[in-house]
Amino acid sequence: MRSVRWARAGLVIPAWVAIAVLLVPLLALLLKADWAGIPAHLANPTVVPALRLSLLTTSSTLVICALIGTPLAWLLARSTHRATPWLRALVTVPLVLPPVVGGVALLMAYGREGVVGRTLLEVAGWSIPFTPVAVVFAEVFVALPFYVLAVEGAMQGLDPRYDGLAATLGASPWRTFRTVVVPMVAPGIASGAALAWARALGEFGATITFAGNFPGRTQTAPLAVYVALESDPQAAIALSLVMLLISVVILGALRGRWLR
Amino acid sequence: MRSQVSRVPFGLSGDVSVGVAGRVASHTAAALALALGVAGCSASGGESGNGPTRHTVVVLAASSLTESLTAIAKDFEATHPGTDVQLSFAASSTVVTQVNQGAPADLVALAGTSAAGPLDAKRIVGGSRSLASNTLEIATPPGNPGKVDAITDLSRPTLKVVLCAATVPCGEAAAKALSLAGVAAHVVSYETNVKATLAKVQLGEADAAIVYHSDVVSAGARVRGVQIPASVNQTLDYPLIRLTDDPTTIEFATFLLSDQARKRLRDNGFLTP
Repeated sequence: MRSVRWARAGLVIPAWVAIAVLLVPLLALLLKADWAGIPAHLANPTVVPALRLSLLTTSSTLVICALIGTPLAWLLARSTHRATPWLRALVTVPLVLPPVVGGVALLMAYGREGVVGRTLLEVAGWSIPFTPVAVVFAEVFVALPFYVLAVEGAMQGLDPRYDGLAATLGASPWRTFRTVVVPMVAPGIASGAALAWARALGEFGATITFAGNFPGRTQTAPLAVYVALESDPQAAIALSLVMLLISVVILGALRGRWLR
Repeated sequence: MRSQVSRVPFGLSGDVSVGVAGRVASHTAAALALALGVAGCSASGGESGNGPTRHTVVVLAASSLTESLTAIAKDFEATHPGTDVQLSFAASSTVVTQVNQGAPADLVALAGTSAAGPLDAKRIVGGSRSLASNTLEIATPPGNPGKVDAITDLSRPTLKVVLCAATVPCGEAAAKALSLAGVAAHVVSYETNVKATLAKVQLGEADAAIVYHSDVVSAGARVRGVQIPASVNQTLDYPLIRLTDDPTTIEFATFLLSDQARKRLRDNGFLTP
């Protein structure tokens, strides 16, 4: 009996430590906030443009992830090609890569002197860095793996006989994908979208490296928090609270229906 | 199930049978573990290799001192066996925030006396000495693609100009110089420290940046310097502030003011007393 109790304590104590690790910083943020002054701090001229830019770029990121990520997830889930496992591994690389390294890689590819960027500048007379488009590039780069892996996981769980049945009824592969597969994995798509969106909203390293930091153009909310921390810490806390609130509301709204 | 696990060669997938959330969670966990591992390494990196008799001096310094302080610390360690100078560079405002939040440090070197203003007076032990001074200069890529020859060129709308953020000393000084020159620069980004600002020019992404003369000298052939007229240029005095009475720290602080150290600073474009 005693050993069981000890074993349980051995699990319960580390579990509470884990909860503390996650909750203490968030509670500290709430405790340190100057609640009465929040409206004034949010009126700081960098706050509203940063939030607007973050919402604009993360929603663009989500649309791009859905448009190109869903087909890739389908490919990974159904392909039996020898190279497929390697392709899947490749998709996970940006997931474990430090975001700053991702930013450097994006510069090497799409910067003015970059592999693709140099040609783009010569042909179109336009370069990507320091524009909101660069912010979206950075966010898609870090968020797409989350989306693809979540959606692929859901598609893996889908019985292939549904595809076969649709085909015998005369549906084309595209129609099968659109009217059978996508609706059936909708919960997976929603959880993938939530994860990808959260990752894009929090993106910092790749953004500041590749897109720079200009208020209203490339300064997203996390960048504004970082810059404000040195000049106006209470504005940084107020903006952090807004981001925390947005994240909790979105995840909470999805939780009941989609996330388990 | 087993075959699904083996499909991810990097072994990130974990148990797939727990479903979508678990699958993604296990990837996230792997990424998190990696991130924590990396952070852990950098935090403890300085400790490794310390023998029991090794005397350590921790210096937090302005980014612009990167090359010169690194060289001076090497000189010091070579002539003072058993000492270990640990350097950390960031924008002066970041250094001050770190010290005020209790970061362990023995010495602080900042860009400009005004940067030291918010430094917690309770932590200052040894007073402040002038380490060196620095002026501003425009840096362009070696080929000068934007054809920048004067500070007044920075207002051209086709130009991509990068400055330090106004919260860090180089940004504050650049804003003053631009305002005195009556130039509204066409800025595309405000970077968080002077080395990040310089990097945008070194990578060829920006046409021009306002950095310190020392940064242009340290970067050598990787950038081209364009002078800012003395009438609008700013001079920043770098204070050296001691936070502990540790003997090795005092020794290194004295060494920083020696002729040998001053030569290193001058070689990197600083002016010395």
